Amino acid sequence: MLRLPPLRYEAPTTLEEVVALLAQDGALLSAGGTDLVPNLKRRQYPDARTVVSLRRVESLSDIAIDDEGFIRVGALTTLASVARDERVPSAIRKAARSVASPQIRNQATVGGNLCVDTRCDWLNVPDTWRQAAEPCLKTGGDMCWVAPAKKECWAVSSSDLAPMLVAFGADVQLIGPNGERSIPVEHLYRNDGMAHLTKDPEEIVTEIVIPPDIGVRATYHKLRRRGSIDFPILGVAAVLRLDDDGACVGARIVLGAVASAPLRVPEAEEVLVGQPIDTDMIVMAAEAARKLARPLNNTDLTSRYRKRMIPVFVQRALEELMDA
Amino acid sequence: MTVHPHHGIVGKAAPRVDALAQATGAVRYVDDISYPGMLHGKILRSTQAHARIVSIDTSAAEALPGVHAVLTGTDLPVAFGLLPVSQDEHALAIDKVRHVGDPVASVAADDPDTAQRAIDLIEVVYEALPAVTGIFEAVEVADEPIHGDEPHDNRDREMSLEFGDVDAGFEIADHVREDVFFYQGNNHAALEAHGAVALVEEDGRLHVFSATQVPHYLHRILARVLEIPESRIRVTANPTGGGFGAKTDVFSHELVTAHLARVTGRPVKIVLTREEVFYAHRGRHPVLMWVKTGFRDDGRITAMSFKTYLDGGAYGSYGAASLLYTGQLQTVTYNIPAYRFEGVRVFTNKPACGPKRGHGTPQPRFGLEVHLDKAADDLGIDPVTIRKRNLVEPFTTTVNHLRITSCGLDECIDRAVDMSEFQNRRRNLSPGHGVGLAVGAYMSGAGLPIYFNDMPQSEVMIKVDRGGGVTVYSMAADCGQGSTTMLATVVGEALGLQPSALALVTADTDLTPVDLGSYSSRVTFMAGNAALEAALKLADLVLSAVADKLDLDLDDVELGKGVVLAGDHEIPWAEAVQIAEARWGLLVTTGTYKPPKDIKGDYRGSGVGPSPAYSFSACVAEVTCDRDTGFVSVKKVWLAHDVGRSINPLLVQGQIEGSVHMALGEVLMEEQSFRGALHNGPSLLDYKIPTVLEMPAVESIIVESIDAEGPFGAKEVGQGPLLPVVPAVVNAVHDALGIRVDEIPLRPDKILAGLDDLAKGGTGRIGPTTLPDYTFRSPILVDPPPERVNA
Repeated sequence: MLRLPPLRYEAPTTLEEVVALLAQDGALLSAGGTDLVPNLKRRQYPDARTVVSLRRVESLSDIAIDDEGFIRVGALTTLASVARDERVPSAIRKAARSVASPQIRNQATVGGNLCVDTRCDWLNVPDTWRQAAEPCLKTGGDMCWVAPAKKECWAVSSSDLAPMLVAFGADVQLIGPNGERSIPVEHLYRNDGMAHLTKDPEEIVTEIVIPPDIGVRATYHKLRRRGSIDFPILGVAAVLRLDDDGACVGARIVLGAVASAPLRVPEAEEVLVGQPIDTDMIVMAAEAARKLARPLNNTDLTSRYRKRMIPVFVQRALEELMDA
Repeated sequence: MTVHPHHGIVGKAAPRVDALAQATGAVRYVDDISYPGMLHGKILRSTQAHARIVSIDTSAAEALPGVHAVLTGTDLPVAFGLLPVSQDEHALAIDKVRHVGDPVASVAADDPDTAQRAIDLIEVVYEALPAVTGIFEAVEVADEPIHGDEPHDNRDREMSLEFGDVDAGFEIADHVREDVFFYQGNNHAALEAHGAVALVEEDGRLHVFSATQVPHYLHRILARVLEIPESRIRVTANPTGGGFGAKTDVFSHELVTAHLARVTGRPVKIVLTREEVFYAHRGRHPVLMWVKTGFRDDGRITAMSFKTYLDGGAYGSYGAASLLYTGQLQTVTYNIPAYRFEGVRVFTNKPACGPKRGHGTPQPRFGLEVHLDKAADDLGIDPVTIRKRNLVEPFTTTVNHLRITSCGLDECIDRAVDMSEFQNRRRNLSPGHGVGLAVGAYMSGAGLPIYFNDMPQSEVMIKVDRGGGVTVYSMAADCGQGSTTMLATVVGEALGLQPSALALVTADTDLTPVDLGSYSSRVTFMAGNAALEAALKLADLVLSAVADKLDLDLDDVELGKGVVLAGDHEIPWAEAVQIAEARWGLLVTTGTYKPPKDIKGDYRGSGVGPSPAYSFSACVAEVTCDRDTGFVSVKKVWLAHDVGRSINPLLVQGQIEGSVHMALGEVLMEEQSFRGALHNGPSLLDYKIPTVLEMPAVESIIVESIDAEGPFGAKEVGQGPLLPVVPAVVNAVHDALGIRVDEIPLRPDKILAGLDDLAKGGTGRIGPTTLPDYTFRSPILVDPPPERVNA
């Protein structure tokens, strides 16, 4: 069994204390810990000194509907709770249910899944393995082994909820040293495998706010080798708003696991909006998604295969929505 | 002569005798062992694929508080290897490392974290050497071969054999077909990682606990490498959390743990990480293979030529046997009049391959069964017919001198084909859906021991106490297959006692007589026969004493359930054994098993393949394929297996289902593959094993051919059922999509490549096309057995 490096463990009871502790050098935030702990065991965070747990902070694990019909999901809500709560839109429940395995979903949280670190074949391996390879960019080297031409890290955004929540236009509530703020989930990410979250390290995701889903059709399709356990190697989140005549008045197509951030496909969205959706439009939207995304050889199966699956999955997602 | 069961114990589907302990966590695995003052060991492993060790500086590690000992290669200089012909390993590397993960140094410290810090403080200076990572490179001459000093190729060993006139067989053929296949390597992925605990006991003797399937071989190699007599060493094999062949070799960590215990005078434990398990490996060899077969128009085989190229990794391990296993068992299912086998195993700078469930036979079985389906297509006959036209007959000898006795293969095919409605459904299912058929055969124990000797291969002792308690002593190591339950069932049936009423002492070199180990599916047949002999002798002692005492003929006394039936009397077992002990003294009986001598030929290589009996299997798999994604999902598997006699149908079914699961992993997704010399993901997240969601319903069909030499007629079931599943799935994919993927695993990208080729007007065939530039020696010519010539 891999062992954790020596660490200090803090579990304060207030968010203010958590924020203060996170300001220290080498402090890492833990919600469910299902991403953090294996990463720590593989020595992916050599500067880690302290784990600051949110476990004892109360009232972060509720799901509530506010006066305007927005669904407010506490960041510490487990994925299992989200997956079974009928107040949550079914596509988001489906995305939550597709994460990892039942045991992990009982422990892993919504906030944790949104912040799950980017992943790469050259990174998410034991440090003894990495010692046998030259270090990559993210482990202190000066080259990315996946795309050596550029000095950028292409580690993969591996959240199933992120593309789905971006597609829904959800917001995320943050608290940090400078107080609280709310940003669209979409703005939580940047396409940089080294630092894929735009929030300050001291900032904590406290809540996800999902707009009401009246008139919305949505789904999530996930590519992975097995029906459980595996991270996405492609995620397709699709949300359509149809008017009474069946014309599409709003569309979001978001790809997961093909870049270091969830990838919106505006070209696909443009194709779909403005009229009733037909097969040709679906094919065009799928092709637009294929053109935009450039998966690399840094996770399971080949980049070529994953790219080929993008239009297949987009098409299937949209067909499902139009058949609904 | 077969002993037939009559107490209703053999043949009853019953839980394992250790089921409750397993389910409640009471079973003591190696990692559960703890001693006061126990130290924790850790192994430093090579970061280089191939390198000379220039220097090792352990001074900083030794100076670290809490560190009790640091070992390097020179502390244990004796070379070892499980096979006498492959003494090419050291407990810790000397002079050179040969793969990433090769053990280099070791420490024992107060706690695991200190041990890890000490490992991090050891400075090794390497001089990198060119690494060889594939079969094609390995057959070329290297300036720095992986083993040896002089430039030569990286061949480990080769074999060329020809039985009968193969070229003449091709001459008379109406149709000749050639195919090339590749079977990717894979790991056993037993849930429990390997581990060992060692201590010097009060009497000064070394006691080693290990998660091993082969306590006897570990005992021998410990004595050799540690240079102390076997009598000063006790090996206890703990129950393992899965073996599948992973724990049939002797490993660095076992030797190092033992030596650290001697050096420090303290108990020491080492349990491998999952990454280290992938480096210790000894899993399925990647095998490239070529097969050419001549057929008559009606499908009858006239001759076959089979070539295999094995990627052995950095050490010999069981490789000399693995190599022969890729050639020897083709003849056990089919009557092949003339047969040539050429094979070579090469060294590469990767973890050593070895035996995994089916040892060396799943790869050629995959090639052979797909090749036969293709030939059937060529000839316009169906998959059932081509197999039946060539089916091996019971009580015959194969062209390579293997003795076939009981054989239920015909019945296996009929039942699997009938239950699955294979003939109606083949080519008639909707697009994307298909069914495939394949068969297989496996040994009920290797006919020869690993090291040459004339002693029995299994020995069992039974002792009875005055309360009627029966204790069975056997070195058979339960690797999850249920060998302990088998022993209890066989002895229980012979004595009319419930298996759960017996005491079993197993797998301990101080306490139990020798059994060679849990490999080659030998335990039921060999230890079972030894146990049966011991039990029957005990029954004789008890019955004759009772007959004497009551002045009855021996014919008038017999064993009932927990009683001796003597004329009108019914004497409780406990009372009967007291009568026997009064009559005979201490009631101890023994049984032994040694395979008959006439089961093998007399040629170089003839030691691998013979078995006192073969199991047979037939499989039909039904698949659904997604044309857009290339995903193959197996919907149902029908697996008929000739187990001789089902001693415990529940365990037989368990072995069939477990074999199906393991085979589906191999055919669909599992691969021990590398980026250069770096493992592609040494974790159970990256190494894909099917989950319960990928596991289809399995129809286990138990066929009983009642083998005349097996205990109560039993043969093996632990490995054979895996063999036909892989090609059955591949053949089913052909039925579903019309493509031929001649390499496994059937990754979705390969399926799509096959469909693309088909769409472009190609054959839809994906797979290897070339063979290494390697010239085999001219084959050793072996005459077919005279009974075949006369037949």
